Amino acid sequence: MSAYFDIPSDLQHSYLGLIALHLQEALLPVLFGLLIALPIALVCARFGWLYPPVLWVTTVLYAIPSLAFFVVLLDYTGDSTTTVEIPLTVYSLVLLVPAIVEGTRAVSPDTVAAATAMGFGSLRRFVQVELPIAVPAIMAGLRLAAVSSISLVSVGAIIGNEGALGNLLHDGQIYHRNPLIVTSVVTTALLAIVVDGLLVGLQVLLTPWQPHGRRAARRARTAAAVEPATEAELRPGQEADAPVLEDAAR
Amino acid sequence: MNILHFLNTFFSDGANWHGQNGIPHRLLEHLQYSAIALAIAAAIGLPIGLFSGHTGRGGYALSAFATGARALPSFGLLVLMTVWLGELGTTPAMIPLVALAVAPILVTTHEAIRSVDPAPVDAARGMGMTSLSVLFQVEVPVALPLILGGLRSAAIQVVSTATIAAYISLGGFGRYIIDGLASHTYADVVGGAVLVAGLALATIGLFWAIGRLVVSPGVRRGC
Repeated sequence: MSAYFDIPSDLQHSYLGLIALHLQEALLPVLFGLLIALPIALVCARFGWLYPPVLWVTTVLYAIPSLAFFVVLLDYTGDSTTTVEIPLTVYSLVLLVPAIVEGTRAVSPDTVAAATAMGFGSLRRFVQVELPIAVPAIMAGLRLAAVSSISLVSVGAIIGNEGALGNLLHDGQIYHRNPLIVTSVVTTALLAIVVDGLLVGLQVLLTPWQPHGRRAARRARTAAAVEPATEAELRPGQEADAPVLEDAAR
Repeated sequence: MNILHFLNTFFSDGANWHGQNGIPHRLLEHLQYSAIALAIAAAIGLPIGLFSGHTGRGGYALSAFATGARALPSFGLLVLMTVWLGELGTTPAMIPLVALAVAPILVTTHEAIRSVDPAPVDAARGMGMTSLSVLFQVEVPVALPLILGGLRSAAIQVVSTATIAAYISLGGFGRYIIDGLASHTYADVVGGAVLVAGLALATIGLFWAIGRLVVSPGVRRGC
């Protein structure tokens, strides 16, 4: 066992210390990304014409490879965790803005109209009505961001000693200790799976109104199979209502 | 300013334009790794995604598999495969690249087929079309924009990640970054970084063009 968990002293961390450092380097950026994405998504939801250019910019940012991003930042932020955290924040942001905007856009117009009729302003409606309903879509983006962030931190090992668990890869190679490499890969993968599972759990807590579990999912699928017919029956009614609402808005 | 200076140094150096370490040769290597990895991933992901989306089976197994594949750290896998397999040509680099690309292709294809409007699919069945022609003549054309989207995001990630293949003494644009870091030639590092980013953007452009060519105009208008 010690071949797997004796961490070389040049890393200056214990095994658990490396895990903590890895989680910090991976998840702080996701949190920052979420905090920056929310106001951007709010503005995009409010002013629809802003969304396509924002989407274009985020796609371009996502195309910058992590290694390239790290080395260009080296010149400004030096050999520090910030150099790894800034690109990961950008990648999280890029995944989260579309998730939030698409999620809030998918909220049924009836619900939005009801909230407006109750006197909700656009900010309060966004925070109290549209965001909670969009939680499943936002969580899907958040899970993707967290998992890819945990995987990408390891690349930081190439630019110096900023890869947390990824540093074990380099050490395993120079000291010819392959078990360290296995430890790094397995631990990183497990961290990603555990964090993903925790986010799924958080989603269950945040959306108590949604059916959960296998049986509920099967029931929901059966309902969905029946639904197209009922939806088609409802559709003419909705179409008849929509122009009235639009007129009222004008 | 600083970066512009480095870029000028890198791109105006005549030695960077021909020979083994020239930009054209490194571009070919980078394209070769990316294209092979994407082709293998598509050969695995597309048929499975089409089949499971068409039959509506295996959704749980697919999402569990995708979570597992996403959790694998590409760089760690690259190093692990190198020490296990030895530097057997490009194989150690292909495994993490394929693992990276399979998940988005598989999941997007499955979801794309699942999300096709059931009305035309039922109509096609009612007209007596076989299961296979329903899939390839109705579901695939309608789902094509989403399927291409999955392939595109897989391609972008593969092109970006192929950079780290240079860490195990393979070629590609990553060569400039890794060698530049080792020899403290910062101009090479920045030049390599810009080249990879440019190639990733070109990939987006390529998929946009493919979408214009192969997606039926009727479907495109509906999007």
